[in-house]
Amino acid sequence: MPELLLELFSEEIPARFQRRAADDLKKAVTNALVDAGLVYEGAKAFVTPRRLALTVTGLPARSPDTREEKKGPKVGAPQPAIDGFLRSAGLSSLDEAKVESDPKKGDFYVAHINKPGAEAVTLLSAILPKILTDFPWAKSMRWGSGSFSWVRPLRAITATFGSENEDPVVIPFASGVVESGQTTFGHRFLAPAAIKVRRFDDYVEALERAKVVLDIDRRKDIIRTDAEQLAFAQGLTVIADEGLLEEVAGLVEWPVVMMGSFDPAFLEVPEEAIIATIRANQKCFCLRDASGKLAPNFIITSNTVASDGGATIIAGNERVIRARLSDAMFFYNGDLSLPLEHGLPKLEETVFHAKLGTQFARIERLVKLAGEIAPQVGADPERAKRAAMLAKADLTTQMVGEFPELQGLMGRYYALAQGEPADIATAVEMHYKPLGPTDKVPTEPVSIAVALADKLDLLTGFWAIDEKPTGSRDPFALRRAALGVIRIISENNLRFPLKVDADLLAFFHDRLKVSLRDAGARHDLLDAVISADSNDILQVTQRAEALSALLSSADGQNLLAGYKRAANILAAEEKKDGKAYAGAVEQDALKLSEETALAFAVDAVHAAVSNHVAKDDYKGAMGELATLRAPVDAFFTAVLVNDADPAVRANRLNLLARLRDTMHLVADFGKVAG
Amino acid sequence: MTNRPSHMDPKNSFQGLILTLQQFWAEQGCVILQPYDMQMGAGTFHTATTLRALGPKPWKAAYVQPSRRPKDGRYGENPNRLQHYYQFQVILKPSPPDIQELYLKSLAAIGLDASLHDVRFVEDDWESPTLGAWGLGWECWCDGMEVSQFTYFQQVAGFECSPVPGEITYGLERLAMYVQGVENVYDLNFNGGTGDDKVTYGDVFLQNEQESSKYNFEAADTEILFRHFADAEQECRAILAKGAEGNRQTMAIPAYEQVVKASHNFNMLDARGVISVTERQSYILRIRDLAKSCGEAWLQTAGGGAE
Repeated sequence: MPELLLELFSEEIPARFQRRAADDLKKAVTNALVDAGLVYEGAKAFVTPRRLALTVTGLPARSPDTREEKKGPKVGAPQPAIDGFLRSAGLSSLDEAKVESDPKKGDFYVAHINKPGAEAVTLLSAILPKILTDFPWAKSMRWGSGSFSWVRPLRAITATFGSENEDPVVIPFASGVVESGQTTFGHRFLAPAAIKVRRFDDYVEALERAKVVLDIDRRKDIIRTDAEQLAFAQGLTVIADEGLLEEVAGLVEWPVVMMGSFDPAFLEVPEEAIIATIRANQKCFCLRDASGKLAPNFIITSNTVASDGGATIIAGNERVIRARLSDAMFFYNGDLSLPLEHGLPKLEETVFHAKLGTQFARIERLVKLAGEIAPQVGADPERAKRAAMLAKADLTTQMVGEFPELQGLMGRYYALAQGEPADIATAVEMHYKPLGPTDKVPTEPVSIAVALADKLDLLTGFWAIDEKPTGSRDPFALRRAALGVIRIISENNLRFPLKVDADLLAFFHDRLKVSLRDAGARHDLLDAVISADSNDILQVTQRAEALSALLSSADGQNLLAGYKRAANILAAEEKKDGKAYAGAVEQDALKLSEETALAFAVDAVHAAVSNHVAKDDYKGAMGELATLRAPVDAFFTAVLVNDADPAVRANRLNLLARLRDTMHLVADFGKVAG
Repeated sequence: MTNRPSHMDPKNSFQGLILTLQQFWAEQGCVILQPYDMQMGAGTFHTATTLRALGPKPWKAAYVQPSRRPKDGRYGENPNRLQHYYQFQVILKPSPPDIQELYLKSLAAIGLDASLHDVRFVEDDWESPTLGAWGLGWECWCDGMEVSQFTYFQQVAGFECSPVPGEITYGLERLAMYVQGVENVYDLNFNGGTGDDKVTYGDVFLQNEQESSKYNFEAADTEILFRHFADAEQECRAILAKGAEGNRQTMAIPAYEQVVKASHNFNMLDARGVISVTERQSYILRIRDLAKSCGEAWLQTAGGGAE
């Protein structure tokens, strides 16, 4: 069966767009094929820095003929309805329509529209240019004198269609000034000549001969394997870095892996700084020796086979890395020569936010807040205050100026270097964390105190000036801060009631729901355990867990059914009577043994649940509630609530209200679905 | 350009590198201009790029532009950073289909042959907030070192560029250091001379770096700079008003020169550390507004393609 080969040859596509672009191309083409009635067997997309390619196999040469039946108005319908039908069905008169009968509707018109299939090549010549025009690049551009947009200038299009044993035809179309054909080009330097392409098989082989590895995952494998082998030969291991590997594979068509080295004297610079500069600026991998220490070597992935075996390329890369590391060492030593506090006065001149004062004003708030939080999280207040004072001091260091991503980390190094206690130094680094749902959470008390202070100050500050996140806009990463607070509290099992205003508390509730839901909790259970004034994250989490456990048992499910029944009856009767039932249950008015049993059970359980809740033992509380299942079931089997005697009825309603209130001690079961 | 005498070979001579690039781009049909006679932060500010990028007329130019980055001054003590350095700027409008190949040939011309070196085009989107300009392109890497910026301008002064100019900017000192195999910019051989005849980059510019760094960071009178900024802003608007004749503009270039002045004054104030983070943005916007007005004015001139 025929297959389609499409290649969009361009100037260098940014690495970060490549994989997504291949997926988008495949999706767009295959969707359009199916829409056009061209079913296919398989499709695979590829990407290199200079080309997006797609092969689609098992296509028909033509789309099938189709016959569409279009129902029209009733016979005898008004003329405008008839005209509309004729127009939409493409008929010139009613003679071309058939009349069909329906036992209910009577006679009506039906048009049978035959659509002949079309040549796949014809269809594709309309489909493909539209896909190119509408391609969802995150950023695209124009070039030359044209108005066509692509991620970078598009230089050639290969689009062929045909079966294995025949010469394929070119699908004729143009995008901008580029016309489709069957000519592509090999590696920019190693094999730049034009290549005539027929089908996918010869295309891949020709590219391979022309020093282009089409498949990004194969390029990644080559880089990974070659790097590991080079490292192994030196007794080293490569520091795995999937993000960098993906990027590097997007910068080369023909990966050639080499190893360079730098002066071991640079290793006195913290290794994170060395790795950061070599990774971010040079896109090279770093290595460790057998003892786990950073090695004075790095892995280059070049895009060419050099005539001198790569000596010049290695020397060039070493030269750049030497300059980068000299800078880093210069900065590091410069920073070390001054106490960490040295930069604090500079923060008095740095605006944190126009309405929230300087960075230094923020530090002063952090110091105060961390000191207040410390006793609640088991930290020494003086230590927490010292850590908060130093937490942002590294922002003025040269190293962080150069590598902003090292903030906190450099502060820790500098704090240790000047003899600060370890817990203070750790807090300087950890107070920024967690930076996301998978980042590490601080666990040492001093770190926790400063981390909470940092995030709470941020949130209360921006809330005070009404700069709350809206929709996708969250420029100050306040959602991340709130999630950070939640994670610090729950993962450290902290009893730390949030003392914030109602609106901010509601924001915390939203983040908590998102985070618990992501962890698999049911939405309705969260609503059941969170009320407007819930300020204890740990408690909410524990309640949700206990509630979830209860409801996964048969007792829990039955109890829930009983609760719903009680609540429904109460709601209906309270509405009817225009009053709420909240009175005491009168022993004397209890007539039946089942209601007496329930009354005693509810009393006992109420006391026990209150006890458990007071001790934050929600599992225990739920266990107590579960014991209500049997008396509740028995009650509803034997007892008719709406007794003729108003006193008996009122007493029974009061009993149900008492049952409801007892269950609400743990959660609002009314919000539980089911 | 293969048979340059040794003292003109880019491997030995900074000026040889410049002359080689000039000759190369002259052969591609560029007008070879001289530097703009004003202080500016980059070759992009030259009217040959900013203004000529706008409007329908084809344009090919290449030139050296001394570029002032007051904040980058290091008193001559850093081997790589300078507050005054040279950019070599090429602008080709419309960008020709073989512009990348031309660029690679220019590298070969100065001794960076692709059979020995690893040349890469690494994504780099360019934006000049002060000029209201942006484009897409790359940093061009040679053996892991950024040697040029390559940009397809999409907008300048807030106006769409059509046709689209391709801009190539070479950082000359860095390129020369690589070609000459020198680790410190001040050690560059400037004139290709040997022995007593050798003049280094340090001989030419070290004192300038020391003095200018001191001036930029310590001595420049900020009150005067603020005033000059405000004057340039005011004069720019005044020139535009005086130059407007119906739908034509008769003084787009003089008005634009005031933008260049305002921008340099802003850079000086920034180096003096007297512009706070929040004010910074508002100064940038003020310059951009001027740049937009001048771009609009340029489009109302013959050079900008007005009928």
